[in-house]
Amino acid sequence: MTDATSAATGDKIRCDACPVMCYIKPGAAGACDRYANHDGQLVRVDPHVILEHTVSHGGRVVPFQATGDWDGKIVHAPSTFVTAIGAGTTYPDYKPAPFIVSSEVDGVDMVTVVTEGIFSYCGVKVKIDTDRYLGPETATVRAQGEAIGHVTTSEYGSQMLSLGGVHHLTGGSKKEGRVTCDTLMDLSNCKAVELAIDGGATVVVQAGQAPIVNGATEERMRVGCGSATIGMFAKQWHGKVDEVVVVDDHITGVLSEHQAGKLLDIADTGIKMKGRRSTPGRYFQVAEPGTGWGGTDIADPLSILGPFDRKVARPGLTMLMVSTTGEHAGYYVLDEALRPIETEMPADLEFSVARIQENCEPALCTVLFMAGAGGSLRAGVTDNPVRLTRSVKDALTRVTSGGAPVYVWPGGGITFMVDVTQMPAGAFGYVPTPALVAPIEFTLKLSDYAALGGHMDYVRPLASLKDSAEIRPMPLIPGRRA
Amino acid sequence: MSRLPQIALLPGGKRLHLQDGPIDLVVEADGSEDEMRAAYRAAAQRFVGLLDELCEELALLRQAADSRTCRLRGAVARRMHASVAPFAAKEFITPMAAVAGSVAEEILGAMQGAAELDRAYVNNGGDIALHLAPGEQFSVGVMDQPDRQGVMRTMLIHAEDAIAGIATSGRYGRSFSLGIADAVTVLAKTAAQADAAATIIANAVDLPGHPAVLRCPANEMQVESDLGPRLVTCEVGELSATDVARALAAGADCAQGALAAGWIEGAALCLKGKVATVGAARFDTAPSRDRHGRARDSLMQA
Repeated sequence: MTDATSAATGDKIRCDACPVMCYIKPGAAGACDRYANHDGQLVRVDPHVILEHTVSHGGRVVPFQATGDWDGKIVHAPSTFVTAIGAGTTYPDYKPAPFIVSSEVDGVDMVTVVTEGIFSYCGVKVKIDTDRYLGPETATVRAQGEAIGHVTTSEYGSQMLSLGGVHHLTGGSKKEGRVTCDTLMDLSNCKAVELAIDGGATVVVQAGQAPIVNGATEERMRVGCGSATIGMFAKQWHGKVDEVVVVDDHITGVLSEHQAGKLLDIADTGIKMKGRRSTPGRYFQVAEPGTGWGGTDIADPLSILGPFDRKVARPGLTMLMVSTTGEHAGYYVLDEALRPIETEMPADLEFSVARIQENCEPALCTVLFMAGAGGSLRAGVTDNPVRLTRSVKDALTRVTSGGAPVYVWPGGGITFMVDVTQMPAGAFGYVPTPALVAPIEFTLKLSDYAALGGHMDYVRPLASLKDSAEIRPMPLIPGRRA
Repeated sequence: MSRLPQIALLPGGKRLHLQDGPIDLVVEADGSEDEMRAAYRAAAQRFVGLLDELCEELALLRQAADSRTCRLRGAVARRMHASVAPFAAKEFITPMAAVAGSVAEEILGAMQGAAELDRAYVNNGGDIALHLAPGEQFSVGVMDQPDRQGVMRTMLIHAEDAIAGIATSGRYGRSFSLGIADAVTVLAKTAAQADAAATIIANAVDLPGHPAVLRCPANEMQVESDLGPRLVTCEVGELSATDVARALAAGADCAQGALAAGWIEGAALCLKGKVATVGAARFDTAPSRDRHGRARDSLMQA
């Protein structure tokens, strides 16, 4: 480990990695561009500088310390796992990966090929847990006014965005490429980004955090639509209340009319719903989408009801109105004029509302970085790139990104996805191409590495890194695994 | 634990990489195997401790140079001063403007003293010291913006041109610029002179008061910047063709002056895809867009 330390002076720190002894402001780097002040801590930040300096040169490796905060899952403690962050690379990647490190683990010579891939074919898939309307499918998603992706098909309880990709990175204007690259990097580094959707909402997305839609923070995912909620809870309501309305932006459910109510012989109540009836007890469009009850724009749930049918309804009839997330709920009793009057909710109904809430998980944004390791990157690992692909597919080679597990797509090439919250802080960089720089590690047996045409001449034992000035512990960001 | 510079051959085994603190050198020597080894040994020997030498006088190196006297002692520090002194009479410049070139020159000098080489270069992040034995030549690639792939144009430098220094300065470099040039590449008799002149000419490519140019005090970004509170260029927005031409003309004027005074041999000034050249007909070599920029000779991206 390097002996670089820092003396804090106010918010600035004094780096003593070299005799220049730079004073470094928070968020800034020293004269070398290698050390920076990250929230008052001195950290190594090599990945960004390489191309800008235009000279291809050797890089450095940045291993995790197995002790301390790293959970050591990849290689068992007390070994050190080497990540690609800061390993450095050049573009195009025609030379061997900057460092190919071997480490002895359980008597097996393991090899970790460390490189930082430059990915111009890359993007992020964003899952936003919300039922609020973000925008129509295929609508353009913008950051700072530039098109950086689009809305794709919704998933259950979540809206999906597909951002980045080669067309936005390099196919549009220079500004579009730069903004796309910046946005992808920020999202991948778990920073908050504001996105505006054409014909839809503005949403603040941050991996691992609740989405903020048009300024309102989303709390919970709904357990299901209104109709599904009726189906799930009908039995629990049976005998405790005469009518239940589950208010939802998509489908609002009515217990007495719903199939689930009919099966329990729940009597008609004479309720009259606004909106368009789909099938019995299921209503579309009871209100406009919004940030009120159940993703609608309503603040008073009674506004979606017409007058009760005088021939069916009776005074004293009880009704529960609840949103699909359980965030809003009210209990009503019909008066002599058959008007619903809000009354204190009985304990067992409060319990059922709490149960709905409990079944609604916290709403989060999830960011998966997705990229393909091109032939040239693979050539940095082996003389015969396709053998690396085959080795990955045969599960002989384990692929990780910043030490985090990845999902490798079936089919050709090495196209992988990784949850950015599982990666160490600041794992992503960029080059002005524009393209993202992301760490990628291939771990395999030394013998397998030789067999697939590895650059054996460049393999260096892990021990050779330990006392070099090339090692730093990964900076910690709360909420991150590493 | 003591700090040790990084001294290693780059993959391929031909080039030497020397790095210590902010100094990052790629070195290549052509000659017989023995001469090459001797040269690299000398380079490594001279490199160890060089940064400490400079840092001993760092405070003085960061002050405005005095055009008449030099209080510095170290060989590299004095070379830095000598290279900026001609400019210091007229404008603010510190010896730091020539640090990269001066270091490159020092290492090349150590190699030249230890070995008979056909060709050699020491590339310090784009500031390059060159050695060419009679009859030898280098092909040098020039990039205008590092975010464009490939090399903008290449030029041939022959031994008889007596050019031993190439330096590039501008907004995309490591140091701040007072001007708006994307890149100014200068050819000069020494790397230190090229470095100082590139800084001055890049500063001169400017549009004072233009609203599209965003400037901030240098010491707000780097606390101990030798430029102190002087405004350095942070961002350059859209510029009209006339603005670009005007800024380039201002820089070319400055370069003409340096050429006439014998401080440089030529300069290429780049801004927003437009190029102005001064002196050296070599810059007029046809533009090259070869993606990998692999010319016949080893290629440097200056």
